[in-house]
Amino acid sequence: MAALAVLGLVALACLVGPLLIAQEPDRFFPDLRQLPAGLTAQPDADHLGPALERIAFRIRARVAQTDRTGDSLRLVLASDRPIEPRGLVYLPRSDLFGPATVVATEEGGRRLVLDVPVRRLRFPLGTDIHGRDLLARSLVAGRISLAVGLTATFVALVIGVAYGATAGFLGGAIDAAMMRVVDALYALPFVFFVILLLVFFRASLGLMLLAIAAVEWLDMARIVRAQTLSLRERDFVRAARALGLTTPAILARHIVPNALGPIAVAATLLVPQVILLESFLSFLGLGVQEPQTSWGVLIAEGARAIETAPHMLAAPAVFLVATLVALNLFGDAMADALDPRSD
Amino acid sequence: MIGLVLRRLAQGVPTLLAVVAVSFFMMRLAPGGPFDLERPLSPAAMENLRRVYGLNQPLIVQFGGYLGALARGDLGPSFSFQDMTVAGLIRQGLPVSATLGGLALLLATVLGVGLGTLAALRRGGPADRVIGLGAALSLSLPSFVVAPLFQIAFGLTLRWLPLSGWDGGSPGHLILPVATLALPQVGALARLTRASLGEALRTQPVRTMRSFGLPPFRVTRHALRGALLPVVAYLGPLAAALLTGSVVVETIFGLPGIGRYFVEGALNRDYTLVMGVVLVVAAFVIVLNLAADLACAWLDPRLRVAP
Repeated sequence: MAALAVLGLVALACLVGPLLIAQEPDRFFPDLRQLPAGLTAQPDADHLGPALERIAFRIRARVAQTDRTGDSLRLVLASDRPIEPRGLVYLPRSDLFGPATVVATEEGGRRLVLDVPVRRLRFPLGTDIHGRDLLARSLVAGRISLAVGLTATFVALVIGVAYGATAGFLGGAIDAAMMRVVDALYALPFVFFVILLLVFFRASLGLMLLAIAAVEWLDMARIVRAQTLSLRERDFVRAARALGLTTPAILARHIVPNALGPIAVAATLLVPQVILLESFLSFLGLGVQEPQTSWGVLIAEGARAIETAPHMLAAPAVFLVATLVALNLFGDAMADALDPRSD
Repeated sequence: MIGLVLRRLAQGVPTLLAVVAVSFFMMRLAPGGPFDLERPLSPAAMENLRRVYGLNQPLIVQFGGYLGALARGDLGPSFSFQDMTVAGLIRQGLPVSATLGGLALLLATVLGVGLGTLAALRRGGPADRVIGLGAALSLSLPSFVVAPLFQIAFGLTLRWLPLSGWDGGSPGHLILPVATLALPQVGALARLTRASLGEALRTQPVRTMRSFGLPPFRVTRHALRGALLPVVAYLGPLAAALLTGSVVVETIFGLPGIGRYFVEGALNRDYTLVMGVVLVVAAFVIVLNLAADLACAWLDPRLRVAP
């Protein structure tokens, strides 16, 4: 049941997490690129200097002196010409500092003594190449990955159950023909088709959902058909037929509900497969597109920056792998619980 | 037996035709073409190129032309690789992919069946639990996470193995890609073997053998023969998938296999190259599925009468 707890935790974090953390997933911090994971408040001593230099350059001044005490900074700017105080808006605009107050104007405006509040930003999982918070991004990405996983599984489930139950219940030549189609589809290099589809028609979320569902319903159809074959000879089904129920009614009222156990197990084990396929496509740049993001997209970014910033791969990978392991273990546990022969 | 093989191969022909038709029309009906450059060509030059490659004819005529060439074993010229035929590119790429996939298949089968047998024999014990958890983990680790991790660990930190590249297939360059490809399949095969051998060990014949006092090794050998059926059935599609290249592994490790040709071909709208790769992959799937079915028939005489 630890698996279920991990699942709930990940889902909850992705749903409400982005609302609780201070950093927005799309906010760029140009001075804080590729920060490693850690709990120190930013900007720290290493990043304060360069950030100030960059701002001072835009105000056409030099940093003459800095003196940091806690959250406030005594900053002295100097220049050869009088400094335009309006340029000070660059300080709060960087998202690292608050609005500056001028304490003293010296040398006819060529030296400014400022009091600047320093913000305390925390990036527990570090930042990416644009200085965006990886924790916020991983959580927002998780929403998309989980949503795609559940939606595509649901579509595959509906197609597979309807197809399998119909084939199994009607039996005979219709069953043989329908399952021959499934066999033929199994022999197709589907992943290649999905890639083709997404490359040639512009990749979009809807198209990807459709493509994934079109690939993944085959297993479900086989499982449901096997269940239906054994169920349709049972007495309650024959009774329903004798009472004159129509085929769709028998399927919906008697066959599918009685096959729900194996269907639930297969669906649970299908979700991680779908998430894996989605991340695989997104990794290749064919799935989720900017500005949306998914774990696959983040992992691809991390893999590209692996030599300079390994934490960029680690953060989304941990989320993805934890979710997949939890789903797989949960599915196995369900299968064992439903299997009367297991010990 | 030979009749069965021939019949199955004949059944593969319509499947291949369907693959050709679907990929041909899917690519052609999509917007864009192989000669769309960032700086557009002059209309006259574009018209010339299209005429040289026969792209100005009606689609159905082009399709007929492709099928005709295909029947003669000609896969056509590549659009994006200058002066290369698709057949030539596949001849270069297939050995790379096949070497990787073959080694990965061998590794996954030996390790997977071995670990699965161990788990089934020690059912419920610590070894079983460790193998079960490891299998679930290996199935949940995507290759595009494992590959960069291997690169960090063995390429950057320990500096034991090269980061990427092919280098004529030297052993050092093969280890990381093969391990990445094999890892999830070790887990899948171990689970499959454990489940089916576990069932086989609880059947009446096995109980009888035990009661006659046969040594455990021979009992396991008998049980394993029947239990390997689902494993062999799984190996067919798996072999096809591994031998024809993993797109991700070839991309990350920079290997010149057909998986990478496929992705590059698709991105460049190289119609003939994409068709060629898809055809080769589909042919592999059909032949290896047939091989798996034949192996199953060899293991289980009951399957020999089935069509």
